[in-house]
Amino acid sequence: MDLNTIDAVVRPRHRAQLGALGPGDAWLAGGTWLFSEPQPHLTRLFDLSLTGWEPLRADETGLSIAATCTVATLDAFEAPPSWRAAPLIGQCCRSFLASFKIWNMATVGGNLCMSLPAGPMISLCVALEGICTIWTPDGGERRLPVVDFVQGPLQPALRPGELLRSIELPREALGRRTAFRRASLTRLGRSGVLLIGTLPAAGGLVLTVTASTRRPVRLAFADMPGATELSARLAEAIPDALYYDDVHGRPDWRRHLTFDFAEEIRQELAEARA
Amino acid sequence: MSLTVNGQTHDATPRPGQCLRTFLRELGWFGVKKGCDAGDCGACTVHLDGRPVHSCLVPAFRAEGRAVTTVEGLGGPAALHPMQQAFLDAQGFQCGFCTAGMLMTAACLDQAQRNDLPNALKGNLCRCTGYRAIGDAIAGLNHVEAEPFGGPCGHNLPAPAGPGVVTGKARYTMDVAPEGALSGLLHMKILRSPHASARIRAIDARAARALPGVVAVLTHEDAPDRHFSSARHEHTTDDPDDTRVLDPVIRHIGQRVAAVVAESEAVAEAACRLIEVSYDILPAVFDPEEAMQPGAPVLHDKPASSRIANAGRNIAAELHGEVGNVERGFAEADLVHEAVYRTQRVQHAHLETHGCIGGYDTDGRLTIRTSSQTPFLTRDALATLYDLPRDKVRVFTERVGGGFGGKQEMLTEDIVALAVMKTGRPVKLEYSRPEQFASSTCRHPMRITVKVGAKRDGTLTAIAVRILSNTGAYGNHGPGVLFHSAGESIALYRCPNKKADGYAVYTNTPPSGAFRGYGLSQSTFAIESAMDEVARKLGIDPFAFRRLNVVQPTDPIQSAGHAEDDLFFGSYGLDQCLDLAEKSLERAPAPDLGPDWLIGRGMAASMIGTVPPRGHRAECRIRLAPDGTYELSVGTAEFGNGTTTVHGQIAAAMLGAMPAQIRIRQSDTDVVTHDTGAFGSAGTVVAGAATRLAAEALAGAIRNYASAYAGVERAACRLFGGEVVAGKRRIPLSELADAARRDGRGLSGIGSTNGTPRSIAFNVQGFAVAVHRRHGEIRILHSVQAADAGFVINPMQCRGQIEGGVAQALGAALYEELLVDEEGRIANPTFRGYHIPTFADTPLTEVLFAETTDRIGPLGAKSMSESPYNPVAAALANAICDATGVRLRETPFTADKLYRLVLDANQTRADAPAMTDIAGNNAAFPPEG
Repeated sequence: MDLNTIDAVVRPRHRAQLGALGPGDAWLAGGTWLFSEPQPHLTRLFDLSLTGWEPLRADETGLSIAATCTVATLDAFEAPPSWRAAPLIGQCCRSFLASFKIWNMATVGGNLCMSLPAGPMISLCVALEGICTIWTPDGGERRLPVVDFVQGPLQPALRPGELLRSIELPREALGRRTAFRRASLTRLGRSGVLLIGTLPAAGGLVLTVTASTRRPVRLAFADMPGATELSARLAEAIPDALYYDDVHGRPDWRRHLTFDFAEEIRQELAEARA
Repeated sequence: MSLTVNGQTHDATPRPGQCLRTFLRELGWFGVKKGCDAGDCGACTVHLDGRPVHSCLVPAFRAEGRAVTTVEGLGGPAALHPMQQAFLDAQGFQCGFCTAGMLMTAACLDQAQRNDLPNALKGNLCRCTGYRAIGDAIAGLNHVEAEPFGGPCGHNLPAPAGPGVVTGKARYTMDVAPEGALSGLLHMKILRSPHASARIRAIDARAARALPGVVAVLTHEDAPDRHFSSARHEHTTDDPDDTRVLDPVIRHIGQRVAAVVAESEAVAEAACRLIEVSYDILPAVFDPEEAMQPGAPVLHDKPASSRIANAGRNIAAELHGEVGNVERGFAEADLVHEAVYRTQRVQHAHLETHGCIGGYDTDGRLTIRTSSQTPFLTRDALATLYDLPRDKVRVFTERVGGGFGGKQEMLTEDIVALAVMKTGRPVKLEYSRPEQFASSTCRHPMRITVKVGAKRDGTLTAIAVRILSNTGAYGNHGPGVLFHSAGESIALYRCPNKKADGYAVYTNTPPSGAFRGYGLSQSTFAIESAMDEVARKLGIDPFAFRRLNVVQPTDPIQSAGHAEDDLFFGSYGLDQCLDLAEKSLERAPAPDLGPDWLIGRGMAASMIGTVPPRGHRAECRIRLAPDGTYELSVGTAEFGNGTTTVHGQIAAAMLGAMPAQIRIRQSDTDVVTHDTGAFGSAGTVVAGAATRLAAEALAGAIRNYASAYAGVERAACRLFGGEVVAGKRRIPLSELADAARRDGRGLSGIGSTNGTPRSIAFNVQGFAVAVHRRHGEIRILHSVQAADAGFVINPMQCRGQIEGGVAQALGAALYEELLVDEEGRIANPTFRGYHIPTFADTPLTEVLFAETTDRIGPLGAKSMSESPYNPVAAALANAICDATGVRLRETPFTADKLYRLVLDANQTRADAPAMTDIAGNNAAFPPEG
């Protein structure tokens, strides 16, 4: 929609031109959220589309995803055969409520910065142990695991003027076996529950709970847990108040399916490990 | 900046925060539609450098130097794109408002995506079709029949507007440039109340008026001191006069407080933010039962002349009726079932929001171009409201982007007319999608208590209902919907003792209004669920139970009191519908989904009068044009209902013509004298009957004239295509038209109907479902609807009406609910929060027609546009109960509520009932009531 209070757009090409974000300013990445709701508090947009950041860089250290990489570009990425976790990319892209047309514009970084429970790029990046690189307004940068970056709905761990620059997915995580479960109140609708399990090279199990909780929850087990241990850890890690409550699912349903899916994933990956 | 659109270079600079959608429309590309303006519906899809995007989300400045293709540029200059042709061949549209975006998406799909349409089309919403026809178009199926000579009725003729719809040339309400009479077009934005109940103490609009570009700020001081109803009916006295154009008393969040008229939408928005309003906050009441209690805040302190049934108790309308003696009937019963059923607040969600453009024409007439189902009644209402002679007001629609009852209201025209009169300039008001959700109308939420008594053998002894209808802050359609809800759903059953009590109650929530089914969808859910419960408890198959108890063609048509003395069984196909649906369910595949899935089946029946009661009038005119074609003028509006096609078919049949010879002018107060409107499923049976009479009259006139002209007997003259065969001569119609003109005569016909007597139509819905026993997920394995539409004039279109009705009803049964928060605010006013069925959500529905011919409707036809919606929710609840033992008495049936009930119910019994075990499972029923 038209954002009628915007009176200026800045289109930086280099970091030096990024400037300082003040009141009424916002970063503009894909624009798929910014232009989907009235933004009467905004007067100026900093458009990141001319920054020229390389969308994807794959090497022996893993995959670096620019914040401005579109979902479509990520979905089209052809991973080396040894990256056994690569199918998660497609599974998570297909977990968007939005269609492939939106993928042509929406960015990975934008999805993280929205920090909504159902953000599937959050699910992907947490499950694959992603690390955010954040540019600070003083010209420096800091790094933060994605699981800590997303603090709650619409609450990314960004301080005023900071910019999410990229997400690094380490090579080890990309080589893991994975299991994926998702539920929505409608057939291909917004995720109400999204769980991903991975098998780290060092053994054990990592379980990532998203969509059903207000922020991502990562549970790491040194050894493959039994059903009772898994269930106890879930209960301990996710108090009832952490389950999300909105039109896309009641918290008791999300909790029920979280336990159900976690056990399914445990069984699936325990079999794979064996 | 410069960009290319459909091969043309444009040099224009967008505003900094402008999106590509509005920029393209300002450049004149009106094929780019607004359904939501938020990226959810896909109606604005265009190609940007060859890739499909939602143009409402694309910052316009990013199109600099790039190539944009809109639907207008999809094909070549002379030829259609293959996908456009495919949408014509399969008639993959109804109102067509979503079609441009659908086409622009479909044209980009690769083979893999075409094989996975549920995913590929998840970003494109269609509210009319139920998606089957869209899937068929993309699959390359052809449903259109070549034009048959002389006998077009009963054939699948395409909609005349089709080529315009698929090329983006069909003009909807907002698709006009601000030129000519509209030059200097102003834009209106409405400041809406943040309080549910308040009195405006003062409005300070000085800062707003001082803003450059603001032309006027309208407040209640500018509005006529006169009450009316936004509801449109043939009789204005059908609805209470409780509404003002702008009212100092606020009765719901979202009510108009003030309106700004400015040179641009941006300025109007900015000015709204500068208006300072001080309110005296008043107590509010949101629950209709509480609102009826003594001491509750009174919403409308109005005199009896307002026609509010009981203003002091917030009762807009009241209904009490009894035939026989229900107490005696319950005493005679072996089984008495009583339970409360609830239906939620749902919205029409037509893709084109409400809006209109008003101005003065060159004769100084107030002219309103609008999105309405009732242009004539709106013209009359404006004339009354502003003390204007009727001939000083013209109201018309071009193509309307969906209605479903939502446009049987005057929601924008009144305030735009006021602005035109205040400013003397043309003014446009277009609702946003959140305004549509939060500030237009919705289906009346109802709480219905049903009590049914039956003998052991299944014979009904008594039916009693108490209906509590939440009409919201205003009473528009409150009485009509209440009365209709206690009508055919009860009359469907032969039972000596019937009783109905009902209340339409004011609350401080957004107003309810007319909605497809007009009360019957709510009461049919309650009563058909209750009948299923009774049948189960008695161990009787639900089809057998209906056969035992439904009304027969020799029975009187009797609801619970008020007599319907002009309602007759012009034909009766309910028996066929029951047989067709039952056989289809028996044929349904029974897939083995594994032990997690519980399988069941269910059905429900519904009945509807083919015309609204107490008068529905239409006039149609037809004339032979000088070029030998026919010009048919009809009042009824086209919003995807397909009546334009049907009118062409009827006229062609009467005139021995090809439908292509008939040109249709419609829905304009200038073309005929009156048409009550396109509601109550009247487009075919009322206006169509008038078209038939008009065309018959013209055929007679032509034959008479040809007889004299050729000097042969009238009996030897007959119309055949573009000629009259007069004895041995074949006279071109153009020659006759020319001769008649030289004689000073025009060849024309007029037909009028008044909508009485009325007939009865039937629908029976069946479902087979699977329910996941741990997750609560519902999968529809089979869907069938059998319909008695009389003689079906256009089977392809009628099938589409039924599929669309089933899909829309599945939305209400499974997903849709407008949530009202504790302050009375609509909490989910976007498509992201209010999920309507997508391609993925919508099962194929097998559509079967009873073979009947009606003795009342035109050419034997009956109505079939509202009614397919009505039996769906109950049939689904009954199937879910059959599968799981859980009785759902409140829509929508969401997985997050159902999973727990299924888990609990199935802990108490060893195994789920098998599909054939339809009877007798009452052990696991939750307690009644």
